[in-house]
Amino acid sequence: MTDWLVGTITHVRTETPTGRSLTIAVDGWPGNLAGQHLDLRLTAPDGYQAVRSYSIASVGADPSVQLAVDKIPTGEVSPYLVDDVLPGDQLEVRGPLGRWFVWTPEDTRPIQLIAGGSGIVPLVAMARAHAASGSAVPFRLLYSVRSPQDRFFADEIAALESETFRVDLVYTRSTPEGWPTPAGRVTRDVIEALTLPASDAPGVFVCGPTGFVEAVARSLVDLGHEPQNVKTERFGGS
Amino acid sequence: MAVFSRGFGGRARESTPDLPPGQFLTEDFPVLSAGPTPEIDTAEWEFTIRTETGATHRWDWDQFRALPSELVATDIHCVTRWSKLGTSWRGVSLDTLFEEVDSSYDYVMAHSYGGYTTNLPLEDLLDGKAWIAYEFDGEDLDPEHGGPARLLVPHLYFWKSAKWVRGLVMMKDDEPGFWEQNGYHTYGDPWQEQRYW
Ligand SMILES: Cc1cc2nc3c(=O)[nH]c(=O)nc-3n(C[C@H](O)[C@H](O)[C@H](O)COP(=O)(O)OP(=O)(O)OC[C@H]3O[C@@H](n4cnc5c(N)ncnc54)[C@H](O)[C@@H]3O)c2cc1C
Repeated sequence: MTDWLVGTITHVRTETPTGRSLTIAVDGWPGNLAGQHLDLRLTAPDGYQAVRSYSIASVGADPSVQLAVDKIPTGEVSPYLVDDVLPGDQLEVRGPLGRWFVWTPEDTRPIQLIAGGSGIVPLVAMARAHAASGSAVPFRLLYSVRSPQDRFFADEIAALESETFRVDLVYTRSTPEGWPTPAGRVTRDVIEALTLPASDAPGVFVCGPTGFVEAVARSLVDLGHEPQNVKTERFGGS
Repeated sequence: MAVFSRGFGGRARESTPDLPPGQFLTEDFPVLSAGPTPEIDTAEWEFTIRTETGATHRWDWDQFRALPSELVATDIHCVTRWSKLGTSWRGVSLDTLFEEVDSSYDYVMAHSYGGYTTNLPLEDLLDGKAWIAYEFDGEDLDPEHGGPARLLVPHLYFWKSAKWVRGLVMMKDDEPGFWEQNGYHTYGDPWQEQRYW
């Protein structure tokens, strides 16, 4: 197993009212595939340590990684990363981890990405990898957020949209003005209307809070997707 | 030598001797699986143990539930760093299921409905260390948590406690299962922090 590597925060950006993206220069980072995560370790002055997992939004050989963190107000680590950390601060990371929830350009199936909230992070990495590789396979993203200002990576995702990458947004609490559908959850009907059909046999990647992933994965299987084509990553919580 | 993170105080400093290194306590019961939750009808459920001779020991749901069961109070530790202390389960001890099984092999591959696999040494399943559990907190085990029945091997990280288990196959050598091929440790002792390889 690889050792802990020292990371220095180089850039922070407010993404949503409760979330931030962080760019971390990591000495010795070996690069990562789209969809992998890392373990992040914080050390207090008295030596106390806390470790959590975070997906990686960046992809490739670059020695700096980008993360995006949503604040769990009662949490220990996420409020520090969202409210306190500044460029120049140091922490430690270990990874990349996980070889299952990954997309590489050798995968030539059509791909459906489905994200809830900060679950967008590993899926943005996949969309970036898809664009960078010039792969012509159809990609589609269904992104569920509470309200328009809760979108992570809003500009990047808009910029990635293309002939081969279509994005659909679902607002669960409030919509932009003039939005054609009322706010509501990602139900089976929404999935049926806004994702690649099971008959295309797409690879499907679902990521977000546990309750979101459970509900979406169940609907996908109901709609005829083969369970082995559906990969899930659960971030915890409900 | 760790670097210090400026301004990080940390909160969860309760030091509990029951908590393996790098774990934190949770009151919830989070879910970790690789794909959708399979729905398994107990009318179609079966559990098998297969040995090197091809001999297959088989239980359907009624036969399985007729076996003597045990109440298990134990701590569980997930590799994603949560631990839950004092959980309560009901299940059939693997000692009971292995009573008639004759094998000279030392390793086991657990297979689940949905295709999941995980590898374990046989000795980690015997002598009161492992169960096929079908109740959690006095209720039928939820499909999300592995129902109708899951393997329960609480002294190892929880991915070893295969959800929706349907059978064990004896193996001569220790071969990696699903997560073990995808970056996780082959044995997974939480007290040694054997998370990844
Ligand atoms: C593989 C993996 C990748 C992850 N990637 C990301 C990511 O890219 N961005 C991100 O923001 N988070 C991600 N997470 C979640 C992250 O690891 C932490 O769990 C989260 O930041 C909360 O940590 P905390 O220390 O603030 O809260 P804690 O002090 O650990 O927990 C406080 C309470 O919040 C609950 N809780 C934990 N996680 C969540 C959640 N996601 N939603 C609601 N309640 C929760 C806990 O059960 C606990 O009761 C990922 C988790 C995993 C397993």
